[in-house]
Amino acid sequence: MRGPKPLVENAGRLRTRMGQAFVGSRAVFRGHDLHADLRHMDWLELFVFGITGRRFDAKQLRLLHAMWVYTSYPDARLWNNRVAALAGSARSTPALGMSAAMGMSEAVVYGGHPCVRAIDFLRQAQQQVRQGCSVEDVVARELAQRRIFGYGRPINAVDERLPWLLALARDLGLDQGEHLRLAREVERVLVAGDPRLKMNYAALTAALAADLGLSVGEFHHFQVPMLLAGMVPCFIEGGQRAPGTVFPLSCKHLAYEGRDKRRWRARVPSNSPSSS
Amino acid sequence: MASETIRTRIWLEEPEPDNSFATRAAYCHGYDVYGEMLGNASWSDMLYLLFRGEAPAPEQAAVLDALAVAFANPGPRDLAVHASMCAGAGGSTAAASLIAALAVGAGQHSGAREVLLGMQLWIECGTELDAWRRRLSEAPSDVAGIWPEAEHPPGFDPYANRASMPVRQVLSCLARLGAGPCLSWLEAHRPALEAVAGKPLSLSGVAAAAFVDLGLTPEQGEMLHLLLRLPGAAVHALEQRQVGHKDFPFFALDLENDPLKEAA
Repeated sequence: MRGPKPLVENAGRLRTRMGQAFVGSRAVFRGHDLHADLRHMDWLELFVFGITGRRFDAKQLRLLHAMWVYTSYPDARLWNNRVAALAGSARSTPALGMSAAMGMSEAVVYGGHPCVRAIDFLRQAQQQVRQGCSVEDVVARELAQRRIFGYGRPINAVDERLPWLLALARDLGLDQGEHLRLAREVERVLVAGDPRLKMNYAALTAALAADLGLSVGEFHHFQVPMLLAGMVPCFIEGGQRAPGTVFPLSCKHLAYEGRDKRRWRARVPSNSPSSS
Repeated sequence: MASETIRTRIWLEEPEPDNSFATRAAYCHGYDVYGEMLGNASWSDMLYLLFRGEAPAPEQAAVLDALAVAFANPGPRDLAVHASMCAGAGGSTAAASLIAALAVGAGQHSGAREVLLGMQLWIECGTELDAWRRRLSEAPSDVAGIWPEAEHPPGFDPYANRASMPVRQVLSCLARLGAGPCLSWLEAHRPALEAVAGKPLSLSGVAAAAFVDLGLTPEQGEMLHLLLRLPGAAVHALEQRQVGHKDFPFFALDLENDPLKEAA
């Protein structure tokens, strides 16, 4: 049993290499003076530097930017956007609406989980292919254990974002990486078994990110605000409409499938004479 | 019937005759909430009914009552309550204080995810010490997900020398109330199970056993754990809001790569 030693050693002070605000004079960000050295970075550049501690060149940053832009859909029906819209409709605050909508985007059906699973699979699969395994075998082994995320889409199998992002990657000369090549091969194998299993945005962004050198954890962090820009307009419009009028639900919207009506029997206290 | 509907086995609402957006009566799993339960049902009755779909037996309600007291306030040293106090001290919104507590209290270190993982262990291993031994010796999965890899056996305290007095008191109380086999077995075999885990039992471990005894699924236990710990987060956030940020600890940093020092 280890005991409280790690807690005792860390009480009151935090050793860090991430940064510090010297309030009134300067700020340090991952070993650099934020204002003297990093002030010319755009926000996404600083964001990925904060995640990785590494610098990315202009083409790489443009591709990373595009990953966020091409999936910013201000459609208030989408579950996370709907929460933003409902927060506006309920006259909540922007930060509360956005934090809820971003938090829930770490979902299984979309967002965080598919992105993490897709990059983890592609990175592990790439290692196996390098060791001589066929893509067919890698896919079959994975499917025998679990679903492969990043292929197929709940509403429509065609992902309209892919040609745009692929075209930009091609224009930037960033479409020749081994993970993207593998992701396309995996699609070929999956579609042969089920035509609906076309590559989706999670697999494409995961493959491109892996080819930029992002680890699983780094891509997990990178994708967190990916849907944010589409959420804010939904909140704003929800707030501009009459309160409560974003997808209001009447009693008729509830399709009850539960128990028939029954009588509630008040519980007799266990220390009451009648309970013995 | 509206063209798009929400399917639910939990809740029936009957509208006013002239307004389908106004409720005349609401039924929870068949019980008239405002007509019959109100004034006759306790908070724990309602919680159990919502999660399990049936009214609790007296011993089940008693266990839930005791859990609600035991978990109501983890205290200001708890990571989730610390988070809510940060929100309070800075003057954040009430909801942000609770969101802070939920986000931090959701984790695998003394949080709701640990309870879920602990419940999965109980469901797999039950009251078989050998099953616990086998399960806890398994290598961790090499498959990444949104949750980090577990760093200690769920339900056990990585930093304790022994199970704390409150852990033993809560376990003893809940086991005495007798809602199921896990708690009583845990109380009887705690030292042996701790030896298998290599760490002392934690409150999360007691919660996991209790939730399994109440018939909850791991996902339900995770949710209920988040809910039950919110009252303390709320009041400590409110208290620090009143105390003010100037009296809230700011702590010290040791910056190991200060460019100013490295240039000198």
